Amino acid sequence: MSLSTVEATASQVPEEPAVKGIEGRTPLQLVVARLRTDRVAIASIVVIVLIVVLAIAAPLIAGITGHNAYNANVDNGTDANGQPFPPGTSGYLLGTDNLGRDILVRIAYGARISLVVGVLATAIATVIGVVVGLIAGYFGGWVDNILARIMDVVLSFPYVLFAIVLVSVFGSSLPLTILVIAFFSFAAIGRIVRGQALSQREKEYVEAANSLGAGNIRVMFVDILPNLIAPVIVLATLLIPTAIVFESTLSFLGLGVVPPTPSWGNMLSDAEGVGFQAWWFYIFPMLFLLMTTLAFNLLGDAVRDALDPRAERIFAARRKTKAT
Amino acid sequence: MPDPARDSDVLLRADGIVKHFPIKEGIFFKHQVGSVKAVDGVSLEVRRGETLGLVGETGCGKSTLARCILRLFPLTSGRLTFDGADLSRLSRSQMRPYRRGMQMIFQDPYGSLNPRRRVGSIIGDPLAIHHIAQGAERRKQVQALMEVVGLNPEHYNRFPAEFSGGQRQRIGVARALALRPKLIVCDEPVSALDVSIQAQVINLLEDLQGEFGLTYVFIAHDLAVVQHVSDRVAVMYLGKMVEVAEVKDLYNTPRHPYTNALLSASVVADPDKARSRDRIILSGDVPSPINPPSGCRFRTRCPKAQALCATEEPMLKSGAGDSPSHVTACHFPVADGEKLASEKDTILHAVEGFLAEAPT
Repeated sequence: MSLSTVEATASQVPEEPAVKGIEGRTPLQLVVARLRTDRVAIASIVVIVLIVVLAIAAPLIAGITGHNAYNANVDNGTDANGQPFPPGTSGYLLGTDNLGRDILVRIAYGARISLVVGVLATAIATVIGVVVGLIAGYFGGWVDNILARIMDVVLSFPYVLFAIVLVSVFGSSLPLTILVIAFFSFAAIGRIVRGQALSQREKEYVEAANSLGAGNIRVMFVDILPNLIAPVIVLATLLIPTAIVFESTLSFLGLGVVPPTPSWGNMLSDAEGVGFQAWWFYIFPMLFLLMTTLAFNLLGDAVRDALDPRAERIFAARRKTKAT
Repeated sequence: MPDPARDSDVLLRADGIVKHFPIKEGIFFKHQVGSVKAVDGVSLEVRRGETLGLVGETGCGKSTLARCILRLFPLTSGRLTFDGADLSRLSRSQMRPYRRGMQMIFQDPYGSLNPRRRVGSIIGDPLAIHHIAQGAERRKQVQALMEVVGLNPEHYNRFPAEFSGGQRQRIGVARALALRPKLIVCDEPVSALDVSIQAQVINLLEDLQGEFGLTYVFIAHDLAVVQHVSDRVAVMYLGKMVEVAEVKDLYNTPRHPYTNALLSASVVADPDKARSRDRIILSGDVPSPINPPSGCRFRTRCPKAQALCATEEPMLKSGAGDSPSHVTACHFPVADGEKLASEKDTILHAVEGFLAEAPT
């Protein structure tokens, strides 16, 4: 059969064949299917969704309770002696702080900060890390030497000191916080991507792409990158809680989000010195911080298991042997 | 000197191709301590429409030579002319237009297909890179190619992992065919496949050659396969060409001792014939390509080696009574009917030596 006649017959075939052939499940579908059987993953997703809902609903909560997250509210939010309300007092579900502000409303607004910082900083770090790691790993040689050393330096940097210097120069702000976190996180992804790219570039499919005349950028992003998606997704999921904790640390030290904007970090900082009397100052922000980071970490582990089913899953294996 | 009248007949000409891979040492300040002389001065011609078989044992530089021909890395030295154009010094981007004329089929049908991309996009890759067809037009061309190589066009959206080894090699063939190249370098295209599948893929390659007027450089270590597909055969040993001849000349009257040894080692289907045949057992291993022997590289294992072989490197030349196309790089080529020291001789020799030394 000559190619021209085949082309002619092929063009007569309707675009959508009447009987659909067996469609292979994409890697993504397989991962989702595996995640759905993982109870820990489901639980973490539920927690994360709840916190996202809380963050989105922050103005709604403020509206319903009529409490403001920013302004001091000493007249209504404290008792006759100027002491803050404990949880459950006169409409303040989680109590008030020393300025009479509703802790629930502040936590809800703080969730916005945490999630925005966590997701944005991770996104920026992932993009930079993937690009730098791919370039270093794919080109090798002196390019790799320079980029890999830069990443080593970033990873060994005393980041809190660096943040203090930056804040004293530029003044603290949310965008600066995000950039600082992204800058100190990208190297973690970059190193992994570099290592993977180093091994992938020796694969024969890269040679095949070269023999077709593909350019360097095409080989890096069209051929190699799809093979690195699994470790990048896992790492990015695990970077989100790190970024959230990083933001809280910076805010706790007064280097991150500027008061009166609430963030879980500076709420903890406000709780300094209150001791056991006003325990609700620190317990609730801490609980939310813990739950969020724990959920993201567990989700990251679950995603790793789902992406690499060959890796040993200790708990899953034990569950299975019990069941049989 | 190449004959200009015959030059239009030659699709690819390689003159003294050298590829050395540097060996570097040192952690911070790398310095070169030596080089692997993978291909060390190979000249060959590939004529339009022919199949040139390239044989040799593992590590002799066949695959490196193939990658040199396709300019997948820069040459250490030598001249490469393809279809009248000098490719030996072109950069990666300058090479791109010429890649439409020369394609490669890889040995490993598993490693050479990107596991994360769908078959349709793998086969469509060359069309995308060279801006030949986009969107629905590309899909149509890819499906036509799939049909030509015997794949079901409905499997367009599948991943390589969902195909068998033979089907995957067909995907590789379709990809190589997409640009309608003049030359396809097949780097052991069937050695990773089952024997029954090997025949299918070889028949497919032969059909395609007739249909599209392709020229093949066919690398293999299976001599039977090479004999079946090739018009001419080139034998390599340790980065050098040792013998080039028409297929019937090479298989009937091999001149180089190495070719004789290779042929005596190939499998014969008839067990009676196989038993009566003398196998030539070469002593020792292939020398290291980092530090190859002086003179003739085969002399360390050659049953006919003499003092001259160590000092003077033999050139490819045609022997008396051979056709001019049959060239051998050997000072002492094997004559018709000559027998080299075989397995039986070696054993007999050892037994005689043992008896002579044994106390009576």
